[in-house]
Amino acid sequence: MAKVDYEIPELQEYVEVPELESGTMAHSAPYVAKPEFQEPLGYVGEVQDDWKEKTLDAMGDMLGKYRGLQVFMDSCVKCGSCTDKCHYYLGTKDPLNMPVARQDLMRRVYRRYFTFAGKFFGKLGMPEFVGAKELEREDLDEWFSYYHQCSQCRRCSVFCPYGIDTAEITMAAREILARVGIGQKYSNEIIGKVYKIGNNLGLPGPALEDTLEGLEEDVEDETGVKVLYPLDKKGADILLVTPSADFFAEPHVDGLIGYGKVFHEAGVSWTLSTTASEAANFGMFIGSYENMRKISLRIREAALELGVKRIVFGECGHAWRVAYSFLNTLAGPFDFLDPEYPVPQHILEFTWNEIQKGTLNLDPSRNDDMTLTFHDSCNVARATRMGDEPGGQFTIPRNVIKSVCNNYVDMDPDTIYEKTFCCGGGGGLLTDDLMEIRIKGGMPRMTALNNVIEESGVTHMAAICAICKSQFTKILPYYGMEMDQIVSVHQLVSNALILTGQVDEDDEDTDEEAA
Amino acid sequence: MSVAYAILFYIALAILVIGVARRVIMYAKAPAPLKIPTTPAPTTQTGVVMRLFREVVFFESLFKSTKWTWIFGWMFHIGLFAVLARHSRYFNSLMPAEIVGPLKYAAFAMIIGLVGLLIRRFAVDRVRYISSPSDFAMLFLLILIGVSGAMMTFVSHTDITMVTHFFHTLMWPFDGIGQLPGDILVWVHLLLVASLMIIFPVSKLLHAPGVFFSPSRNQVDNPREQRHISDWAKKLEQN
Repeated sequence: MAKVDYEIPELQEYVEVPELESGTMAHSAPYVAKPEFQEPLGYVGEVQDDWKEKTLDAMGDMLGKYRGLQVFMDSCVKCGSCTDKCHYYLGTKDPLNMPVARQDLMRRVYRRYFTFAGKFFGKLGMPEFVGAKELEREDLDEWFSYYHQCSQCRRCSVFCPYGIDTAEITMAAREILARVGIGQKYSNEIIGKVYKIGNNLGLPGPALEDTLEGLEEDVEDETGVKVLYPLDKKGADILLVTPSADFFAEPHVDGLIGYGKVFHEAGVSWTLSTTASEAANFGMFIGSYENMRKISLRIREAALELGVKRIVFGECGHAWRVAYSFLNTLAGPFDFLDPEYPVPQHILEFTWNEIQKGTLNLDPSRNDDMTLTFHDSCNVARATRMGDEPGGQFTIPRNVIKSVCNNYVDMDPDTIYEKTFCCGGGGGLLTDDLMEIRIKGGMPRMTALNNVIEESGVTHMAAICAICKSQFTKILPYYGMEMDQIVSVHQLVSNALILTGQVDEDDEDTDEEAA
Repeated sequence: MSVAYAILFYIALAILVIGVARRVIMYAKAPAPLKIPTTPAPTTQTGVVMRLFREVVFFESLFKSTKWTWIFGWMFHIGLFAVLARHSRYFNSLMPAEIVGPLKYAAFAMIIGLVGLLIRRFAVDRVRYISSPSDFAMLFLLILIGVSGAMMTFVSHTDITMVTHFFHTLMWPFDGIGQLPGDILVWVHLLLVASLMIIFPVSKLLHAPGVFFSPSRNQVDNPREQRHISDWAKKLEQN
């Protein structure tokens, strides 16, 4: 664990709403993207002299393109309902991390240049009377800092009487900044890799092939069954699109092993694709429709090229948002796929169907060494659905976990379902240059987890998002927990699933004795 | 003086109606390129109507959030609604007297709610931090409107018949404008109301039409079933 020069919040029994402490996170900002990471995405390389004009032009353009942004800019009455809802505010005490204050960084400029009240009082020299402000160069730096202390988790939007969603404002702000020449290195560099190589991690085709062969051998060694992990297999029924972290990192890869086993037992043919070897879509994080669309189109391309009938997504939060809510818009229509199935499907929808059909031979006692809880990922919880009923995104993952585990406990009801707390690393913040805000923002979730560990003997927390898993792996040790306490849901499925013809090492011994 | 007030009310009404209409048209025309309902969300249009109904009538989301703000906010709004309904008697006689009578107590709900919200704005450090002078000014304006109105009902009665006559002549001014009673409370009350009407379309009071256009509340959760695409996004597909 790296040494840090800031305080790690101490976990209390409850998360108390802190008193304001101005400026505690004013120093936090990610690295600015160099021109080489800006230009491939269609942005200007660096800030130019006409930054002010560009900012206001970009803002006008976004207001005209997004009804949400326009309505959200106008409608806030400063009721304060959202002020104690953001995990970053709770973890940092910085008033500018209250959702409404974060929104106001942009809203005050909007009010000054795009509303009668702001223009009128601006001319009188007292724009602040109506919450307006002249745009200055420092404002953009402040935007860059605080719009990268928002994980676009939408928790505030649940509690807003007008549904104002700070995520939409953060996305717009980041897009405006990028157009002015202040992009975020982490996200933009990664998007560049997707364009060049096909996935966030920059894993080329041959490396993927190696990895998948390795997985096949591992599974065969362990179970005696040859489960295939195919890549670019034409004519397969299902194209699986999964976050590239699933290809090698723990605990992600255990999830991928699980998907393969489920497909194997269900008797369907499936494949991964080199072209679309990434479910994540960081175009959403930077608020760029064009980039999000370009990244999404690779999936359409791969589906057409491989001639699949269905598309299934692996465990990933924001990827599921882009897939479930936006894919049809960005890369549809998918009339060339089998109309019997929703496009796309979540792997949990697939697995839950198979469990209900009874095709999977599950022995939940194989997970008896663990007591599980489940972390609702913010994008899945508040921006998507699974199954046919509203709220399926909460029940289906829990149903699957309970089918494969005997010991399951939920965390505090105020921290799950639609009120779930973000892991602290979502929305393009999963980078080392933002470690402090990630650790502090994780405090509310860590508190709830710590409580079920102490009160109910929970040993592990399951998640269905590559970012959540990576973030927790990293921050758990700062809060006195172990990094391997975070598991994939399909890792649990994989543990409990007895493959047809599976021979366990223990069973082998028994067989020998019997013989 | 009554003529000046008549002109003021015509101007205020014009600003209110045209200002809000322009805003509403702008909201309606602005594209919503992506499906962004806050989920779990209704999967049918009927469900969305119900969701908006609960939001507008019961302040469902605010109720989930903070009970004090909800209590005061809801008291104020429901009080205001009842008071406005009661004011219809200055324009027509559709409302039966047995309702008009008891509805006068709604003014108290409105004022108590407003005072509660004002105290909260001062007392809670987070809410104070996010408040602009105009947020306080708006509350004071509404409180003064409420108090001046309630005083005419409960303390110093004004000549209701004259007020009613004045507003009737405003609706049909060609036979001359009626006189307002020479009562300071009426003049103050009406001046403040006219100011509120003028401020409405350029202020946060736009939350009233805004809530109906909020994509996180008014969209149906059916992106897989039905392709949703905006006109500007469609143009990208032609390239």
